[in-house]
Amino acid sequence: MRHLLRRIGFYLVALWASITLNFIIFRLAPGNPAEAIMARFQGRMNPEATQALLLQFGVTKDPLWVQYFQYLNNILHGNFGLSVTYFPTPVSEVIGQELPWTLTLIGCSALISFVLGTLIGVLIAWKRGSVLDSLLPPFLTFFSAIPYFWLALICLYVFAYTFNWFPLNGGYAIGLTPGLTPDFLGSVIQHAILPGFTIVLSSIAGWLLGMRNTMITTLSEDYVLMAEAKGLSEQRVMFSYAARNAILPNVTGFALSLGFVVGGALLTEIVFSYPGIGFALLQAVQNSDYPLLQGIFLLIAIGVLGANFLADLVYTVLDPRVRQERG
Amino acid sequence: MNIPAREKKGDDFTNVQMPGGTTVRSAKAEESLRNARLRDLWRLLTQNPKAFAGVCMVAFFVLVAIFGPLFIHTNPLAFSSDVLSSPSSQHLLGTTQTGQDVFAQVVVGTRVSILWGFLTGLLVTLLSITIGLVAGYFGGVVDDVLSLVINVFLVLPGLPLAIVLASVLSYKGPLTVSLVITLTSWAWGARVLRAQSLSMRKRDFVEAARSSGESAFRLIFFEILPNEIAIVAAGFVGTVIYVILAEAGLEFLGLGDPNIISWGSMFYWAQNNDALLQGAWWWFLPPGLCIALLGAGLAFINYGIDEVANPRLRREPKPKAVKMRKAA
Repeated sequence: MRHLLRRIGFYLVALWASITLNFIIFRLAPGNPAEAIMARFQGRMNPEATQALLLQFGVTKDPLWVQYFQYLNNILHGNFGLSVTYFPTPVSEVIGQELPWTLTLIGCSALISFVLGTLIGVLIAWKRGSVLDSLLPPFLTFFSAIPYFWLALICLYVFAYTFNWFPLNGGYAIGLTPGLTPDFLGSVIQHAILPGFTIVLSSIAGWLLGMRNTMITTLSEDYVLMAEAKGLSEQRVMFSYAARNAILPNVTGFALSLGFVVGGALLTEIVFSYPGIGFALLQAVQNSDYPLLQGIFLLIAIGVLGANFLADLVYTVLDPRVRQERG
Repeated sequence: MNIPAREKKGDDFTNVQMPGGTTVRSAKAEESLRNARLRDLWRLLTQNPKAFAGVCMVAFFVLVAIFGPLFIHTNPLAFSSDVLSSPSSQHLLGTTQTGQDVFAQVVVGTRVSILWGFLTGLLVTLLSITIGLVAGYFGGVVDDVLSLVINVFLVLPGLPLAIVLASVLSYKGPLTVSLVITLTSWAWGARVLRAQSLSMRKRDFVEAARSSGESAFRLIFFEILPNEIAIVAAGFVGTVIYVILAEAGLEFLGLGDPNIISWGSMFYWAQNNDALLQGAWWWFLPPGLCIALLGAGLAFINYGIDEVANPRLRREPKPKAVKMRKAA
């Protein structure tokens, strides 16, 4: 229990750090969002409108620490300010629209990649020296060194542009109204296959190779030999004895690399013009839309922290030593 | 890995980090030990087939980066009337939307990308060495505070943070991209090195040096650090892969300087001019292939180091030889 409390304490500190970083970084930015909007109107704005804009974006001359607490207060109330790109839509609304797309696409493909990679890793370590074991690792090493978005470009070129098997861009066919109709869902799945496939392809190598290597180390442990000597079934030895112990570093690895997977997947979304946070991120970067950027980063940070916390919980379940030593 | 016994080391690589030397060594002996360690590293890189393949691939790109631009006589930024032509004898890799020669761009871009990739990798490694070793050596409150910082940076999403930072800074260029990536990716190496130094600070050779009155700075960087050189090397290789991928990603988003030719900025222009929809595969294919090959080369080096460091991962005909000897 004490272990759990410590972890919760740590994640609270990490959360505070990311919120504060988010505050500080955007104070470094030249200008403010109101100026960005004004620049768009190229000086054809009267003083009253300017004043109103400044108020709307919460630009004040208060001391920094007052601004900081106002910012914290705003975040607690879910108020992330107004987006410059989609002015005057609030940032939270923009993100709310895009989030389900990203969550489904990246969530599903990261999970598929982790499960598939780990399973194949277990299998090729078990059948060590087989054709698959000698061919797959170098092949996948090459794939893991490929930038996500470039693999996405290639897939798009080959499967969508040349062979026409998949749509070139978007999250669903133009002309369909979003809803729970079979037409719409079918179109969504058809659009998601290629981006999802790319994300799986470029992130699977890490899980697979990590699992293979720890699995090989575990397989030479005495208790595995003992289990085999007792005549337990192959599957039981493979999964309940070896894989269960070998998976621990992979769980930590999964949590820690999530930030990278999400970042890469965002770039992949941009290549596929897939609706989602990645697309919003590109808009925000191109338009210097700081409020939107701030909101997106905070959201990703909270998501990744949450996933890490979950992985920590899973770790406690999987590894009794963590519970006993510090529990 | 047959390291001569006189160097007080076992026959496997993990032992390199644990020389149990209790005597205070003279400067000369230290020098030769350091040379021996470098020799081990070199042997490791050339004897393991995976690592050797990796070294060859990386060496190729480094040579292209150094000497390649000397053989390019066309200005990679010059426009021409050959717009979007496919590869031919005149333009080995075709031309861009504005008639620029893609081959010239790739070669010149190699220099920029490799230079900044390795430079940033070096920066990241230096930062993680300093923080990791200081935390591990001093322990106590210093360690508590630094560990917290390390762990927080470890869980913060690095690439998104880098994107946010780079878009806020008003100066755009390789230097900003490099600094931003340094700031967001040092934590991994620092954590590993901290754990290693923590176990090293109470070793006899450190105690001996301390009692002979050496400063903390010397203890950290001249006593402890040389013993962790293998971890540092592996960390550096891994970091360079990450850095080159991240730099390409940031430049692809237009957060670098698009007027400086690098692999990443080539993507930026290709994407912005819809190279894909025009079927100009020769425009976006080469830079990515270069990144992938260089990254794979570096990864092979790391897997090689891994195999040597963890003897269970490598397959050797040794057991047979032992059996035969026993039989005889």
